[in-house]
Amino acid sequence: MKYNINNKGYYGDFGGAYIPEMLYPNVEELRQNYLKIMAEPSFKEEFDQLLKDYVGRPSPLYLAKRLSAKYNTKIYLKREDLNHTGAHKINNTIGQILVAQRLGKKRIIAETGAGQHGVATATVCALMGMECIVYMGEIDIARQAPNVARMKMLGAKVVPALSGSRTLKDATNEAIRDWINNPVNTHYIIGSVVGPHPYPDMVARFQSVVSEEIQWQLKEKEGKTTPDYIVACVGGGSNAAGAFYHYLENTDVKLIAVEAAGKGIHSGESAATSVLGKEGIIHGSKTLLMQTDDGQITEPYSISAGLDYPGVGPMHAHLYKTGRAEFISITDNEAMTAGLELSQLEGVIPAIETAHSLAIFDHKKFKEDDIVVINLSGRGDKDLQNYIDYFDL
Amino acid sequence: MTNMNRINKKLQEDKKLLSIYFSAGYPNLNDTVSILENLEENGVDMIEIGLPFSDPLADGPTIQASSTQALKNGMTTEVLFNQLKDIRKTVSIPLIIMGYFNPMLQYGVEAFCKRCQDIGIDGLIIPDLPVNVYNEQYKATFEKYGLINVFLITPQTSIERINFIDSISNGFIYMVSSASVTGGNSGFGSEQTNYFNRIAHMTLKNPQIVGFGILDNETFSQATQYAKGAIIGSAFIKHLSKNGTKKIKAFVDNILNS
Repeated sequence: MKYNINNKGYYGDFGGAYIPEMLYPNVEELRQNYLKIMAEPSFKEEFDQLLKDYVGRPSPLYLAKRLSAKYNTKIYLKREDLNHTGAHKINNTIGQILVAQRLGKKRIIAETGAGQHGVATATVCALMGMECIVYMGEIDIARQAPNVARMKMLGAKVVPALSGSRTLKDATNEAIRDWINNPVNTHYIIGSVVGPHPYPDMVARFQSVVSEEIQWQLKEKEGKTTPDYIVACVGGGSNAAGAFYHYLENTDVKLIAVEAAGKGIHSGESAATSVLGKEGIIHGSKTLLMQTDDGQITEPYSISAGLDYPGVGPMHAHLYKTGRAEFISITDNEAMTAGLELSQLEGVIPAIETAHSLAIFDHKKFKEDDIVVINLSGRGDKDLQNYIDYFDL
Repeated sequence: MTNMNRINKKLQEDKKLLSIYFSAGYPNLNDTVSILENLEENGVDMIEIGLPFSDPLADGPTIQASSTQALKNGMTTEVLFNQLKDIRKTVSIPLIIMGYFNPMLQYGVEAFCKRCQDIGIDGLIIPDLPVNVYNEQYKATFEKYGLINVFLITPQTSIERINFIDSISNGFIYMVSSASVTGGNSGFGSEQTNYFNRIAHMTLKNPQIVGFGILDNETFSQATQYAKGAIIGSAFIKHLSKNGTKKIKAFVDNILNS
């Protein structure tokens, strides 16, 4: 396993569990049990059943003909936007709530940026009748109002994170502090492939259903399981981890990770971690993160709340460092334009996060017979106000 | 080491130790040295100098706010080292730098340790540097520069792990009073005192110093019934935010004499 996690919890130089002792028992309990639990037949059965009947999986792999014609290549969209709650996030929350139940936890906490993970967590808590507290940056609460309302309607308590940049990183800090204060009865459902080991691996495994399906869906449509390219946007990197997972070790499949350049990589308002980041520690993981020379974590910027994170999961740091994945940075403007284009070419309004992945065609040329799978990680309903404001609709 | 570390020397004294934490560069950037001198003058036994961090995961709102303010004031690792360069001319009690790992990593762990030794820092507390990573990757460097690394234990820490932590420690063990971030203020109930008592009876080779939730004479006395000393952080920061660097004597007197 050159690109996946090793038995010490590292992807190459990245990963590990850099956590205060107060968190050690919680994280250790999870580390010792997650693989065991996930391997239990009753767990698998319940997980698969919920993904099918509740989430609506498998999600279609759709050949986007008009988009393909425009860019003169063969583009498939993996329709995670059609999942219940509108994004890939629910694959992970279903898995983690089943783990939490088997660990005897009664209370669920989560962080959220765009609100997609918060909604996905509130949803599974409602489904299982568990208490749910979601930490969300004060700024994100303002720019993702529909998702805040959804979480409340689902019975979750939404707690604003008031420290720092008041976005995803600070929501994550607050969730971690909550876990320190409630070490016994609480499970923390992290929404991305970030945080201390075993979270990056556990979340990647739950999201790996995406690439598992791509394999057999492509086989049906193209007669082979492998595309030439897989494209996914990366904030923390969970949808990318899921879309890449079963192709990590197969280097015939080229991986493209799309980051948010915000107002421009060197504008001072960006979240392009691979370019701007250095190795360090954020949220318990050794990875690439945006920081000052003094090691203070800097405040990122992106129009998309889901990509507005100063770090990247350790798997992606490793894929970047080894060159296994190509990283492309997309500005706010490019993403918004691509979001509008997909809406009008294919009748699919993507989340702004996902729109970044659709904007790579001006940066990257593909051959006519290339098969390019883009992970359409989320739908744009939650972003309607941003689209309205941006395009003056 | 030929010269005994100041921390070990202090731990041999036949008294209960009062240790104070504050965020360097708070309330004002250049208050660091005068706070240190003041604390020693007024009978404090040991000081943890907080190196501010943007994302202090283990800290509650009080220390977070002081850390944020210190960064706004312009505190950096280099600024702190410069402020402290002559500190051993005026302060002789043990000094510990407490901070998160990322700023040390960016400074360079070896360079950081060397500067600490040059200045006369005696030890480090790094809450998010895990015990096993320290043991495998950094222990030799810390020891080369004569630095004692202090580990935390909590009421949830297993007996095996406490014994392991004790085996690789050579100063004291930082006993976190309850499952919480810093700045809890509810006083100690039987749950905490049972835990203090349980640890006291483990006859560890390293003495224990209690932190988190110590805020007045009562909690200090309770904790030191079982442990060698106690650390006050948030309560002192609150005092600083209200009074600035004045009246440090009143704060310390209030802890030591009821």
